Amino acid sequence: MALLKMKFTQQRRVRLAQGLWLLSWMAVLCGSFVFSLGVYLKIELLRRAEVMENTEIHVVPNILMLVGLASIGTNWMAGRVCQDSLDPSRFPRWKVFLLGWYAVAALICCLLVAVVVLSYALQGRLEESLKVGLRNGIRFYKDTDVPGRCFQKETIDRLQMEFRCCGNTNFRDWFEVQWVSNRYLDYTSKDIKDRIRSNIDGRYLLDGVPFSCCNPASPRPCLQYHLTDNNAHYNYEFQNEELNLYNRGCREALIDYYMGLMNSTGPGVLSVILIQMSVLLSLRYLQTSVEGATTQEQPEGDSEGFLLEKGVKETLEEAKVKILLLLKFGQVDPSAADGSPDAEKAPPSSS
Amino acid sequence: MALMKVKFDLKKRVKLAQSVWFLFWFAVMAGVLVFSMGLFFKIELRKRSELMDNNESHFLPNLLIVMGLLACGINAFGGKVCYDSLDPSKFVKWKPMLKTFLMGCVVFNVLLVVTALLCFIMRIPLQFTLAEGLRNGMRYYKDTDTPGRCYMKRTLDLMQIEFRCCGNDNYRDWFEIQWVSNRYLDFSAKEVKDRIGSNVDGQYLMDGVPFSCCNPGSPRPCIQQQMTNNSAHYSYDHYTEDLNVWKSGCRDALLSYYGGMMTTIGALVLLVTLLEIAVTAGLQYVDSSLSTLANPEDPESESEGWLLEKTVKETFTDIMTKMKAMGKGGKVEEGGDEGGVATVS
Repeated sequence: MALLKMKFTQQRRVRLAQGLWLLSWMAVLCGSFVFSLGVYLKIELLRRAEVMENTEIHVVPNILMLVGLASIGTNWMAGRVCQDSLDPSRFPRWKVFLLGWYAVAALICCLLVAVVVLSYALQGRLEESLKVGLRNGIRFYKDTDVPGRCFQKETIDRLQMEFRCCGNTNFRDWFEVQWVSNRYLDYTSKDIKDRIRSNIDGRYLLDGVPFSCCNPASPRPCLQYHLTDNNAHYNYEFQNEELNLYNRGCREALIDYYMGLMNSTGPGVLSVILIQMSVLLSLRYLQTSVEGATTQEQPEGDSEGFLLEKGVKETLEEAKVKILLLLKFGQVDPSAADGSPDAEKAPPSSS
Repeated sequence: MALMKVKFDLKKRVKLAQSVWFLFWFAVMAGVLVFSMGLFFKIELRKRSELMDNNESHFLPNLLIVMGLLACGINAFGGKVCYDSLDPSKFVKWKPMLKTFLMGCVVFNVLLVVTALLCFIMRIPLQFTLAEGLRNGMRYYKDTDTPGRCYMKRTLDLMQIEFRCCGNDNYRDWFEIQWVSNRYLDFSAKEVKDRIGSNVDGQYLMDGVPFSCCNPGSPRPCIQQQMTNNSAHYSYDHYTEDLNVWKSGCRDALLSYYGGMMTTIGALVLLVTLLEIAVTAGLQYVDSSLSTLANPEDPESESEGWLLEKTVKETFTDIMTKMKAMGKGGKVEEGGDEGGVATVS
């Protein structure tokens, strides 16, 4: 029993071919949309590559770009097959490629589903990568005279201003690091000597943050230094002060941003999967109905279209047998060589 | 003698109509472009309306929006006329109004040129508006508790960060005003009392700038307070310090931003004007070639097309006499009536 058999008149076949042609061009547009989505995501990830430690998350935009290109190619081919499908002289040359085409189209759909799953699954890895990258960025903030790290300060400052965040987890991360370069510290001053002696590593730690942590929406001019000292500023209470600095940590801000990007592309990718599936199914119907029509005496008459010639189970078993035959093709089969002479002898003796 | 006469056979007429139709649709898209540019300009002005004196004029973006819409309408109509011109039966219904439509197109083109000129000229009032508005903005920086001005601080801070500028002319403008609110000043402290006593208006002036003036590209953490005091900071010389705060003033930064925008828009409007002139001339050729068929019944006959039926001088004198006739049309023509009666009898 064929799977999902449908009757097709000549007119219906023509309509199917036309509709599929339009659908395949729409699928080409969707493929280019997926490709540009991948490019955009990759560019956004590369822009902040300095605060990311590893590039595992790049697998998502890479797959998107690959799938986009493959989808453009396969759907363009589907359009060409459509154009030739109603011409009996030109259609047979496509027959050879169609099985491979189905495999590629199914693979594209699977990869798109995998992309959606990966974008959620890799969130933890992205967070780890950002944690390490931001920690290094904050540690090297002061090294504006070290080649290779001299732009770290500008990068972190711009990041904090653009994403409205401060520090790794929150602003206290700046209290644990020396972010003022030694070149600008007066080692003869008592205050500095005290601070340096107050910790084992001899670092100049202070309860202050860089200016890029300042929140422009605060009603008072930004307080950057002596943040934990209520007496250092008039009418200031450290525990209640909310608007002075950005409250969010940069790790959280960046994760929200990238997850937002990937989630907003989710519906688009899902609709691309739907369109690709419908192109696949329509092309199968078109192929089987046109082939059925050409084998009949009346090529213009009715024919049947189906998804699978036999049921699902039978098709799978046939496929298994074919694959086993292919695997055995190389091996020498001694039992078959002995068995055939015996088989030849046996029937004559029985009769 | 007609101006720029060209001979047309059927094939040439068809080609002319097709290319003018194509140009008309191109011009519709140009109209959409002008409309969207006007919209973009309006939004940009609105975004910084707090920093402009209240009488900032939205005349130019409104004009651009109207011209864009008009361009779309006129060009779509022209395209339809062109499309129908290949079919004599359909073209007949458009023929009577074609002359007036072409006159309308010419007037529209003149308006487009005027719009483009305005784009270049309006920079000057904008400069004064910006100067005034920025000065006031800085004065109201501290008034974060006054209704109507409480967002001025945030607007100014975000603007200084985005445009990489500080103050009106340069960062010293901040030294001349009080930008710290009185709510955060401890009036019992000696330092505060000294500063307030040091000037006539009793304002708390300091040689410091807000954080938004800081340049992230500076190798050292930002020095915002006591900027003119070299001994207050280690290894600091305020005469040679280049990268600490932004050097350019916000008036120049904003003016070059808006000026650049207006120049680009003016140049694009000029290009659109050229396109419109081309389509108007094309439509005139289509119209004249279809009305001078050698054999009106035979669509394949030859014809001539021109820009003006007579030379420029003659057309001009024709228009002048027509206008004079229209001007006299209202007056009672007593001499004419008597003359008519006299001839009858």
